[in-house]
Amino acid sequence: MAEVSIRDLDIKFGAVKVLQSLNLDIAEGEFIVLLGPSGCGKSTLLNAVAGLLDVSAGQIWIGGKNVTWEEPKDRGIGMVFQSYALYPRMTVTGNLSFGLQMARTPKEEIEKRVAKAAKILQIEPLLGRRPSELSGGQRQRVAIGRALVRDVDVFLFDEPLSNLDAKLRTELRVEIKRLHHELGSTMIYVTHDQIEALTLADRIAVMNGGVIQQLASPKEIYRRPINRFVAGFVGSPAMNFIDGKLKVDGGRARILLAGGVAIDLTGYEFIAPPKDGQEITLGVRPEQVDLVNRADDSSVIPIDLALIEPMGADTLVWGHVAGTQFSVRIDGDHHVETPSHVDAFFSPSHASIFDKATGARL
Amino acid sequence: MSDTAMASRAGTGPARSGAIEPSGPKPRRISAGRIGLYVFLIVSALFFLIPLYIMIVTSLKGMPEIRLGHLFNFPGEVTFQPWADAWMHACTGRDCTGLSPGFLNSVKITVPSVLISIVCASINGYALTFWPYKGANALFGLLVFGAFVPYQVVIYPLIIGLSSVGLFASLPGIIIVHTIFGMPILTLLFRNFYAALPVELFKAGRVDGAGFWRIFFYIMLPMSVPITIVAVILQVTGIWNDFLFGVVFAGRKNWPMTVQLNNIVNTTTGVREYNVNMAATILTAMVPLVIYFVSGRWFVRGIAAGAVKG
Repeated sequence: MAEVSIRDLDIKFGAVKVLQSLNLDIAEGEFIVLLGPSGCGKSTLLNAVAGLLDVSAGQIWIGGKNVTWEEPKDRGIGMVFQSYALYPRMTVTGNLSFGLQMARTPKEEIEKRVAKAAKILQIEPLLGRRPSELSGGQRQRVAIGRALVRDVDVFLFDEPLSNLDAKLRTELRVEIKRLHHELGSTMIYVTHDQIEALTLADRIAVMNGGVIQQLASPKEIYRRPINRFVAGFVGSPAMNFIDGKLKVDGGRARILLAGGVAIDLTGYEFIAPPKDGQEITLGVRPEQVDLVNRADDSSVIPIDLALIEPMGADTLVWGHVAGTQFSVRIDGDHHVETPSHVDAFFSPSHASIFDKATGARL
Repeated sequence: MSDTAMASRAGTGPARSGAIEPSGPKPRRISAGRIGLYVFLIVSALFFLIPLYIMIVTSLKGMPEIRLGHLFNFPGEVTFQPWADAWMHACTGRDCTGLSPGFLNSVKITVPSVLISIVCASINGYALTFWPYKGANALFGLLVFGAFVPYQVVIYPLIIGLSSVGLFASLPGIIIVHTIFGMPILTLLFRNFYAALPVELFKAGRVDGAGFWRIFFYIMLPMSVPITIVAVILQVTGIWNDFLFGVVFAGRKNWPMTVQLNNIVNTTTGVREYNVNMAATILTAMVPLVIYFVSGRWFVRGIAAGAVKG
């Protein structure tokens, strides 16, 4: 077990700066997820922590030791790759024990550890097989086992579930969570799948353009996104955004939409006092809108409903608010008339408001 | 007309006047075009086999029968004497030892050259792919360029170079020459093979604590079987068939089989023994032929090896 600390990290490929003075402190035993779109630098960061990539500037500390110049094997890390990267000419046992053999571990010790890892991951019947004789899920288990046998302090996962089908992905996701509970190791997990991020993480670092946009608990990320990018990236179906102008009079804030509609924002907690006339973007998640019931603190939002998308448990209703596309999530058993015009309700305290120009939360 | 169409579309009743309801495997029809194509292919295959046929029948005839001039006839009386002569008694200049010493020389040249060049090239390709260093791409470019340099250009400098270190006209000398000249194409082959492997395998090896050599021997080499077979085929046939380097660099006592064959065929004293010449030629070509027949399957597999996955 070890804490990981990334200090002022720069990584350049030629003239392209992938990461720029990035700081990240990960506590002992924490499960942290690096979430972001392709090319945001999350895999680069993970490779740098693993020691597979030279850093241009800055330091990496693992377990209170500066490992910036250390070889991967001396960092106390194990890595699980998206493509499994199992050695194709070795059996499962061979794959699991390779790292230990390289470290010249005694034979009995190797056998003991392989047996233990195989038991934890339930791959005992597969030990004599070659990777080509395994299914995708089994391969990924073996890949996790390879990190497990080496008794590492920090587990690094590089999109480990992306090559699996949806059902297996859900199964293995739970398994990784269980493993984290059992081992209590520090885990760094890279993914572009927000469901994985939200379900697994103690804290999520949402990355974009080589910069960590927000580092917070999944709940905080979901409820109070720090900027427009995080708000739009996390959540499926995505958050609705409506542009408008802020109107403040007598301590009462409203947003004026195109077409003259005004929506009351009373109840929203502004970080800084709102300024009259500011251009803003209102963000409301589809499930935060109610087409029927009005709570005490709710504001009214007029929607033109156009079509419905049944998704089993839920139904997604698509429409427009002041010319902007808007979606509402309702219970799958409810029925709505489309097309129609309704007044829907949402509570501003759960919504998000961003500066239109900078995208920062207000 | 429309009635028939309706009936067959509905699938009712027996098919009439050739309107068979398509069901199950599509019937294979042999058209005139197909037949023509096959006839053409068979004829051209036979045409290209004529020289081999003539060589074989001639090598089995005695000289009196050859003098009759019936090139295509089967031997009236099959004799293996020309084969024995070619192997043991045929004369090159004053030595009448046949091809056998040349065969041995060729083996002595080919085996070490093939081994050394493949070992070097696989390490080259591995290092160029997974351990890029400053100038790696430039070096690779230079190596590939080397594949296009005509051999004749470098022969004279090579002679000077080798003789200054005392390796000219010796077995090690010819082995070094073959190794050097095999390097560009083999490195290209191995580098492209390794570049197609997932780089995660290499990363996993490093995380597991293996270094340059252990990743190569434990992880990469076991996966390189198909490409190694391709390299062996290329090198064995190339080096075995080589004449120019053999005659220049091997030295008289190490002359490979091809040089001796040439000398046997071109001996001008006495009668020209066509049957012995034919037998000697077939014997010399035997090794590459066998290699192709035995490993053709592997050759194709190796060329398609870009599709190998974990």
